[in-house]
Amino acid sequence: MKLVEHFESGLDAPICLTWELTYACNLECAHCLSSSGRRDPRELTTEQCEAVIDELQRMQVFYVNIGGGEPTIRPDFWHLLEYAVNHQVGVKFSTNGVRITPERAAFLASPACGGYVDVQVSLDGATAEVNDRVRGPGSYDTAIRALANLRDAGFADAKISVVCTRENIGQLDAFAALAEEYGATLRLTRLRPSGRGADVWDELHPLPEQQRELYDWLMARGEGVLTGDSFFHLAAFGEALPGLNLCGAGRVVCLIDPVGDVYACPFAIHEEFLAGNVLTGGGFQRVWQDSPLFADLRSPQTGGACAQCAHYDGCRGGCMAAKFFTGLPLDGPDPECVQGYGEHSLNELSLAGARSIPAASQDHSRAVPTRNQPVLLKLMTRPPARPPVSDCAENPLAGWTP
Amino acid sequence: MILDEAWRLSPSVALRPEPFGALAYHFGNRKLTFLKRPELVRVVEQLADHPDVRSTLDAVGVPEGQHPAYAAALEGLADADMIRPRSEEDR
Ligand code: SF4
Ligand code: SF4
Repeated sequence: MKLVEHFESGLDAPICLTWELTYACNLECAHCLSSSGRRDPRELTTEQCEAVIDELQRMQVFYVNIGGGEPTIRPDFWHLLEYAVNHQVGVKFSTNGVRITPERAAFLASPACGGYVDVQVSLDGATAEVNDRVRGPGSYDTAIRALANLRDAGFADAKISVVCTRENIGQLDAFAALAEEYGATLRLTRLRPSGRGADVWDELHPLPEQQRELYDWLMARGEGVLTGDSFFHLAAFGEALPGLNLCGAGRVVCLIDPVGDVYACPFAIHEEFLAGNVLTGGGFQRVWQDSPLFADLRSPQTGGACAQCAHYDGCRGGCMAAKFFTGLPLDGPDPECVQGYGEHSLNELSLAGARSIPAASQDHSRAVPTRNQPVLLKLMTRPPARPPVSDCAENPLAGWTP
Repeated sequence: MILDEAWRLSPSVALRPEPFGALAYHFGNRKLTFLKRPELVRVVEQLADHPDVRSTLDAVGVPEGQHPAYAAALEGLADADMIRPRSEEDR
């Protein structure tokens, strides 16, 4: 059995576990994958979080990607960070930078964190203009201040984490220059139509020629640039990019959300991909090892309409979440299939009036917009918590908002 | 020649058993490596118990014809600091 086949059939514990600590966030990014904004009253308590960390240590999950919401606004965030590090669970956390003060930066660089902590600052534009349109007013300055604080405190190798969009693909060199300036590593990831991302995906996802631009840039300048394995669908342009090159959902990847629900992937927060909850008997380990959903995801996949494609070995039909949230069949091509098949299917569905996007099964967006609301969200034509509508929906009120 | 040298698992590395062998994680440089065969896992685990790599391979039952392949795999692991040469004090 080849290694990749082992990955496909699932490992005893995840390799890439994301844990979102809270749905609360100071920002309201237009493309937020977890539709964050407000805290959920059922969020895990400090003790429950510690128990999860104990279990991760027992399962030898060597590190966890912590996100949110904005994880650092949880009052016990810094405590949990130290708790994890002291239990041999390294932490890589994603932040918009709001709480990375000079003092916190010094703490992160200190021996208390023992080099077990990685910080990822999100930035979706190399200029305030491009970034703030998506992430909200002031968010560029906040991120840059955090990066400067980290650098000045001697924190080595922070990450600048960029979601690639139609508006920032032209800024790849500028991002690389920013990373250089702040002694950071650039990390590029894919925009997926998850959470509020579903509402802006059509207007924000890179155009076909930009996909090519991105691929060429990664080939030419990608050394030392992290991609979180997100662009394996671009392997169909030619050479495979470094990484596992398969959809790891439920196989080597999974998500624990703020209330302890376990999903197949951080980009698949939907009841369809909900495997269980860490608070039920047996905890996370039971869910990971025994859930029927994960067993299903780990069973051999046929490749469906992609099986005939010459690029299937590298691309493997792309991202499950991207297909699901754009309304495409899971065993067909990715919506951003570089052969154009995904776009073609989307167009056909739209023309036939049959493109139906699954309704969000949870939404923690703020009910009332704040001054942090990004322009893009204001411009949005569809309401964020939209009903499950397709053009042929039977309900006469479908698509109608008061 | 690594086969004649004394090595051990690096102290910052943890091994997690998996169906194909093991995952090796280095807490210092945060590198994750896959040990793709159970025999290789046993070799790495037992390096410290034997005077040199060759006798470790013999103890695990790796046929001599495969020694060069294992030597190459171990050199790769050494480059990532997954295994370390044993110094005099370790012996
Ligand atoms: S669903 Fe998409 S984002 Fe999630 S693991 Fe699969 S390819 Fe990656
Ligand atoms: S047809 Fe499927 S396998 Fe081929 S490039 Fe498109 S998404 Fe990838």
